[in-house]
Amino acid sequence: MRNVSAVAERELRSYFLSPLAYLVVAFFLFGAGILFWLILQSTRLASLSGLIQNVHVLFLFVIPMISMRLLAEEQRTGTMELLMTNPVQEWQVVVGKFLGSALLVLVMLIPTLLFVVFLLIYGNPDRGPMITGYLGVILQGSAFLAVGLWASSLSENQIVAAVVSFIALLVAWLSDNIGQAVGGTLGQIVSYLSLTSHIQGFSQGTIDSKDVIFYLTVIAAGLVLSTLSLQSRRYR
Amino acid sequence: MIRVEHLTKNYGARVAVADVTFDVGQGEVLGFLGPNGAGKTTTMRILTGYLPPSGGRAEVEGFDVATQSLQARAKIGYLPETVPLYPDMSVRSYLNFMAKIKAVKERRRDVDRAMEKARIAHRAGDQIGKLSKGLRQRVGIAQALLGDPPVLIMDEPTSGLDPKQIIEVRNLIKSLGGEHTVILSTHILPEVAATCSRIVIISNGRVVAEDTPENLGRRLRGAESIALTVRGPSDQVASVLKGVPHVSNVMAEADRRTPANGPGTFTVQSAVGVDIREALASAVVKGGFGLMELKPAHLNLEEIFLQLTTNDTAEEES
Repeated sequence: MRNVSAVAERELRSYFLSPLAYLVVAFFLFGAGILFWLILQSTRLASLSGLIQNVHVLFLFVIPMISMRLLAEEQRTGTMELLMTNPVQEWQVVVGKFLGSALLVLVMLIPTLLFVVFLLIYGNPDRGPMITGYLGVILQGSAFLAVGLWASSLSENQIVAAVVSFIALLVAWLSDNIGQAVGGTLGQIVSYLSLTSHIQGFSQGTIDSKDVIFYLTVIAAGLVLSTLSLQSRRYR
Repeated sequence: MIRVEHLTKNYGARVAVADVTFDVGQGEVLGFLGPNGAGKTTTMRILTGYLPPSGGRAEVEGFDVATQSLQARAKIGYLPETVPLYPDMSVRSYLNFMAKIKAVKERRRDVDRAMEKARIAHRAGDQIGKLSKGLRQRVGIAQALLGDPPVLIMDEPTSGLDPKQIIEVRNLIKSLGGEHTVILSTHILPEVAATCSRIVIISNGRVVAEDTPENLGRRLRGAESIALTVRGPSDQVASVLKGVPHVSNVMAEADRRTPANGPGTFTVQSAVGVDIREALASAVVKGGFGLMELKPAHLNLEEIFLQLTTNDTAEEES
């Protein structure tokens, strides 16, 4: 646990030592602000559900930028060798990295609470769906991160990691539509794997255990695959 | 204490380390010497638990590096060849992070102690990315010293440093012997003579020699050798030198800077215990060449090394 928290803490700190984190957060907040405004303009509803259902479009671009360097950079500079020759296990590095970057996503989401404040001041929004909505966004963002982390474990090159995670997330985003086009049982399975459709319930105020388990499974799979990928150096 | 027994590592079909066996005693500084690509780094990576061996075993302070990897790793301070640093962190926060990873008690004091020992304390607050290569190397050494591990493994600790820094690092490593068991790899020969109490020479993944620097020299100096500088056509001079009784081998050192008939350097080897200097001198003079210098030569480490490692390659190629 000490190793996990040490890795997570270092990761979170190092984000703020580089300009990338600030750029990414600024980009996200700008995009979220535009979305919030556009949706509010067209629906005239004091609700966050439109934003929550569409925030994945921003995640699609932002999360690969956050996750791309996580493991790739350490493998390139040799610090992974340093970690792995100390009493640290692969899964501890992976979980630490995941938590560190997830904390950054949380930090990135904090300013969006301003939207909530606006809605509370100028309208009378339903509070339940906003709370479950945030939970859904955090779960979805974490699932995206886990995919990005895995992509980052595959290469020493950050750009390759970013492209791989972008493509993986794009496929996961489109799988809802792909599934509908395919049709039948196969189509249903493909649709079910969509990382984006599972947020629907959260945005409307329901926490469906099916959706929670789906996101947690994606996160667990990403972490396990990343760990295996780090361990694979032993078999090469 | 480190014990390596019949260690083997294959990368697919390529054998990187083949049946390597050696011991390093408590407080000893062992020089791990070999040309680039000989298997030094691979051996060190196995010892530090980064790579598993394909065969054989290795023990660090009584812990098997493959089956008790975490315990073994806790006993080792490791400085890889490319010093692994986080360039955006300050020296102190980097060392603090590493101390946390190493589960060091009294972290602050230990970080101070390591910085003091590696002589980097005066730059504790600086960002690592802005330090010179020599200073970064010191940060890497400080990292290896954290938690005062009984075993230190350093992969080419002086590569890329300037001569003054090299001497500093060598002295530092020398001072660590006795207290720590040290393995130091290098392809630079004077380094081992300057810092190590024992040498293991490795070539193509195999140990080709293991001894103290002095003994290695003695063992390989099975022949007396004499260095001559003679003016004259080198092939003629060489054949005259070969004609002298008791001479077993003549090596002409080609020097492109000198003209064809200019002075050339020759190394003559003869049986042990026979002084052939007078005979050589008179043979040269009789041959009508100009004798400019004649002195007994000692095989230095450089020559021992070349002899050992090139013989080995020649054998394998034939």
